[in-house]
Amino acid sequence: MSESIEDIEIRLLLDAVYHHYHYDFRHYAQASIKRRLLQARAQWGYDSISEMQAAVLRDETMLPRLLNYLTVQVSEMFRDPSYFRALREKVVPHLRTYPSLKVWVAGCSHGEELYSLAILFEEEGLADRTIFYATDINPSALRAAQAGIYSLDRIRLFTENHRLSGGHSSLSNYYTAHYDRAVFEKSLRERTVFSDHSLVTDAAFGEMHLVSCRNVLIYFNRELQDRAVGLFGESLVRGGFLGIGSKESLRFSSHADLFSEFVREERIYRRNAQ
Amino acid sequence: MSLQAVVIGASAGGVHALLQVLPALPDDFPAAILVVVHIPPRRDNALVALLAEKCRLTVKEAEDKEPIVPGTIYMGPPDYHLLVESDGTIALSSDEAVNHSRPAIDVLFESAADAFGDRLAGIIMTGANHDGARGLRAVCDAGGYALVQAPATAEVAYMPEAALAACPAARVIDLEDLPSVLEEILDQ
Repeated sequence: MSESIEDIEIRLLLDAVYHHYHYDFRHYAQASIKRRLLQARAQWGYDSISEMQAAVLRDETMLPRLLNYLTVQVSEMFRDPSYFRALREKVVPHLRTYPSLKVWVAGCSHGEELYSLAILFEEEGLADRTIFYATDINPSALRAAQAGIYSLDRIRLFTENHRLSGGHSSLSNYYTAHYDRAVFEKSLRERTVFSDHSLVTDAAFGEMHLVSCRNVLIYFNRELQDRAVGLFGESLVRGGFLGIGSKESLRFSSHADLFSEFVREERIYRRNAQ
Repeated sequence: MSLQAVVIGASAGGVHALLQVLPALPDDFPAAILVVVHIPPRRDNALVALLAEKCRLTVKEAEDKEPIVPGTIYMGPPDYHLLVESDGTIALSSDEAVNHSRPAIDVLFESAADAFGDRLAGIIMTGANHDGARGLRAVCDAGGYALVQAPATAEVAYMPEAALAACPAARVIDLEDLPSVLEEILDQ
């Protein structure tokens, strides 16, 4: 089938965003990107993607709004509790053997996963020796992660997930309810570096012991996935751990041989010695 | 142009409806089948195992980036949207729920209509919400075959009725006739 006008417009818009703003969505998985752009177009009342492109190019205040459509993932604290249980029971014993630890939450979005890990590390007595790196390409998502404020009506789910993950403290120890919001403790992010970083265009981080990057790779095409997995390989110490989403896999990556399966069903991998 | 894929959407009562329809398909069925059924998010996808046991066609949980192969039934995994890329591969996403559902039928149908155009058939079955109505409309608009389970025969009529309202040109069928209707479409 020949490319539809809409698909051509989307390609041109992504080109324009790359050339003008240096955000590169050109190699993201197409079907989701298209859904989100069509949503933005409908929401903003443009008749076509081309019309929207003209506005995005000329009005810089449109960029943050567009990024919110293209990037933001609403996650949950302790999403897939069994993943966090596996980290706690199988990965933490290895992490204990290091005098200091670095953990990278790549694509941290609004910070749900970061706070989950920070609480888990607190519960396991590793928090004092750990530095967390929380990165995302979307500045407003990073600000939200830094603030650590979530709607109170999500807390019931977070609490249940935390319990199922093997949490042995009460989640309510870590936040203060303020009207309809839960404000998470500052102490949880005292040892976190929040940083703008793109898995598409930026370089590796050094000497990580754990990289957690879940439900980010599914938005990339195979080439981008390959690049990101290569970055994780470069960023991890030998014997370091990589956790990805429950429906993600390293099998399409040319860097797959850098890793061994560590907890197969939870998609936790270990960086090989070589 | 031959049929490349069939997309199926079902909600309340859907497991029973799928068990009625999918095992009846012959082992040489020449198109791929992609299914979204609203089920609560759970890690063990028991429905896949149940259908695999009863069907002559291969049944599997859809995996991100895998090529769509004819004669295979792909089930959308719980808690992820199931989409089709224009290169004929599967994509999963954890985007927000659509129509309070993840996976959402609209997301599958709209992306499949984009990818397969007039070489697609879509069918909306029993259910208690309007997910799939927009999607079936998209299948229609792309020149594909739109089918709806006869509301009177559905365990819950709301979803097929909503699909019919959005896509009045859709053909209304009884589920037991689906294999022969698909055969007829394949022969065209």
